[in-house]
Amino acid sequence: MRQLAVWILCLSAIACGRHETPSQPAGLSAEDAAFQKRLQEQFLDAKPGTVIDIAPGKHALDRVLTLRADGVTIRGAGADKTILSYKNQISGPEGILVYGSDFTIEDLSIEDSKGDGLKINDGENITIRRIRVAWTGGPQTTNGAYGIYPVKSRNILIEDSSSWGASDAGIYVGQSVNVVVRRCHAEQNVAGIEIENTVNADVYENTATGNTGGILVFNMPNLSQAGHSTRVFKNKVHGNNVGNFAAKGAAVASVPAGAGVVVNSNSKVEIFDNDIADNKTVNVIISAYYSTNYYNKPGIDPNYDPYPRAIFVYDNRFSGGGDSPDGLDLKTLKVAMFGLNGRLPDILWDGYRDEKNLVNGQPPGQERICVKNGNAVVLNADGPHKYKNPTTDMAAYQCELPKLPPVELPSRT
Amino acid sequence: VNAASPFKRVLIRAALQLSAGLMLAACSQPAPPVHFFAEGRPQHLSEWQVLFRDHGRLVTNDRVVPYDLNSPLFSDYAHKFRTVWMPEGKAAVYAGNESFDFPVGTIITKTFFYPHAAGGAAAVARTYDQSRDFAGAGLDLANIRLIETRILVRREQGWEALPYVWNADQTDAELARTGDEVPLELVAAGEPSEPFTYVVPNENQCAGCHVTDLKTKRIAPIGLKARHLNRDYAYPSGIQNQLAYLQKIGYLKDLPPFADVPRNADWRNTHETLDARARAYLDVNCAHCHNPTGPANTTGLSFEPQTAADRHLGVCKPPVAAGRGTGDHNFDIVPGRPQESILPFRMDSRESGVMMPEQGRGTVHREGLALIRDWIAAMPGQCGV
Repeated sequence: MRQLAVWILCLSAIACGRHETPSQPAGLSAEDAAFQKRLQEQFLDAKPGTVIDIAPGKHALDRVLTLRADGVTIRGAGADKTILSYKNQISGPEGILVYGSDFTIEDLSIEDSKGDGLKINDGENITIRRIRVAWTGGPQTTNGAYGIYPVKSRNILIEDSSSWGASDAGIYVGQSVNVVVRRCHAEQNVAGIEIENTVNADVYENTATGNTGGILVFNMPNLSQAGHSTRVFKNKVHGNNVGNFAAKGAAVASVPAGAGVVVNSNSKVEIFDNDIADNKTVNVIISAYYSTNYYNKPGIDPNYDPYPRAIFVYDNRFSGGGDSPDGLDLKTLKVAMFGLNGRLPDILWDGYRDEKNLVNGQPPGQERICVKNGNAVVLNADGPHKYKNPTTDMAAYQCELPKLPPVELPSRT
Repeated sequence: VNAASPFKRVLIRAALQLSAGLMLAACSQPAPPVHFFAEGRPQHLSEWQVLFRDHGRLVTNDRVVPYDLNSPLFSDYAHKFRTVWMPEGKAAVYAGNESFDFPVGTIITKTFFYPHAAGGAAAVARTYDQSRDFAGAGLDLANIRLIETRILVRREQGWEALPYVWNADQTDAELARTGDEVPLELVAAGEPSEPFTYVVPNENQCAGCHVTDLKTKRIAPIGLKARHLNRDYAYPSGIQNQLAYLQKIGYLKDLPPFADVPRNADWRNTHETLDARARAYLDVNCAHCHNPTGPANTTGLSFEPQTAADRHLGVCKPPVAAGRGTGDHNFDIVPGRPQESILPFRMDSRESGVMMPEQGRGTVHREGLALIRDWIAAMPGQCGV
């Protein structure tokens, strides 16, 4: 098995090729080369209203397809029929890179790009449906970072799509506004679905399984906007226990294997009506940037808010999980509090809060962590004091927050 | 002078060219004027009549002005020959930080070439020595191999980028809208040769660097800015500051006093400060994407000359979307510790998905990497918690 893994690495000419082997032209077949040239021309000539139909078949490409026009549709014959394979990519690093608005992509697969599968930068009215992005060698650090990656965009619909094997996040929405991610499937990624620095996102009816962490709602420092207002509901988030294979230093490298839903440094997050099960570290994590190991004074915008605020967890169905947490601190904590055969409760809060902003020893009403989820228990891990006084006292979370409105997207055709 | 006589006009122009030394061969073969195509994509570079072959040289047409940059973009050790041409009576307007405002009709060319090297068909020299590149003011085709010439043309609706790839006989270059891949092998004395794929960008990849503002989405020249051009050039008429020369020939107006004109360092000039050299290098290699309006503004990392030397420049800044490009490091730049910094790690890679810049190179720029490592090593401070 180990030999097989090494062999795959060498085959992809990544790990072994950097210094010894030249990056020779990929040697696309004449047929694939001609196909790529025609397709590139279609991308170059695209203008508002253009529909680029990509024929069925597995097409080998060796460089990124870049689109710079608005109002374009890219359409395959089905995610299982039209496959763009970038196994021998020499230029990119993305599979498809889009700078454009009123963009639709549907019914195709993107495989084995060196970098992100599909990246959309600075667009408005983006529709992504029935596409599949996959790294076919399974979870590997050498896979591209993001599968489906709209960033700094507005009005985004991602539906009925899937991502497999991303070395960061499978479906990753960054620095965007008004987002719906629904009926998608994320598996074998470090993070299944990640909403980051994004305002107004609805994430529902997705399945996240077999990732390191299932669904993440994060805010990172130094970026164009702070995110807030994300609803995570009616998802199936189970068995996300794959060892973290992100390169160190990446934000998701701090996610422990076996994490269901993770909120970090974000605010106004609602987690409800989900089935969350068998995530071995813990089913839900609520945490501050201080828990990521990346906090350092000179490198972080002083205006960055590192705390999770206004988090509301209610009416989820939890089962299993918490029985084998990742990382020494959590392992020790579990054994000390719940015994060798015990399990961490369903919700873990790292315990960091804005101490400068307390009313009667609690965050102001609108900024609290509220849990209304049957007999689900919150463990305050007491991270600020190196896990010295963890507690499962539930008194602090007996509250409700106003429900967030649904995300409204402009209608689609 | 009878201006109506075309023959005399040619003679006069030839004489002018001769005296300017720009095109010694023109007297034997009068050149038709530069052709500005207001639309369309000519199939051959020669149709523009900016550059052409003459007696074993690649020479420039009348009023086509060559220029160099203080610190150029690294492109797999290719040598570059840059020219600018403007229609008669038109001039660019000076700008302090941005590209100059060029008139409609402006044609910029950049020709990428390598000195020959001993070895197989793919062998080219890895060298900074340009002493054998030129014969007079033209490129000496006996000593070099032309790879591609990129045209930036200013049309009514804006700039457009057109890549041309030179044929095997080096007689002309053909339009390559979808780019090209050229297998090459860098050869330097006393070292193993380094094979790589030279990637000619497609039109959209041209825009990958030349669209420096995602909101306007307009293509713009990168090199033709005051700080890059503010240096001397050896014109046939003598050595002169490029901006002063452009002003003198009527190509540039509103040039302020030189005390007010910014100047980037020559990154190879060890008489300049390490900081000035590193910042000039990062400016021209990175800032077209890594600026507050550019495609890499998603990362919060900026390499413009005016970027403060703090987290905005990557000092102690955690990466955002680097993926495996982190190289297992936590911060873009760790002062004093290049070996723990992401920036030089990505410069040291030639693997798509890890390497920076993302396009335009298939080799590692050893000397540029060494400069950035030295710069970080000398940087004071630390990333304390």
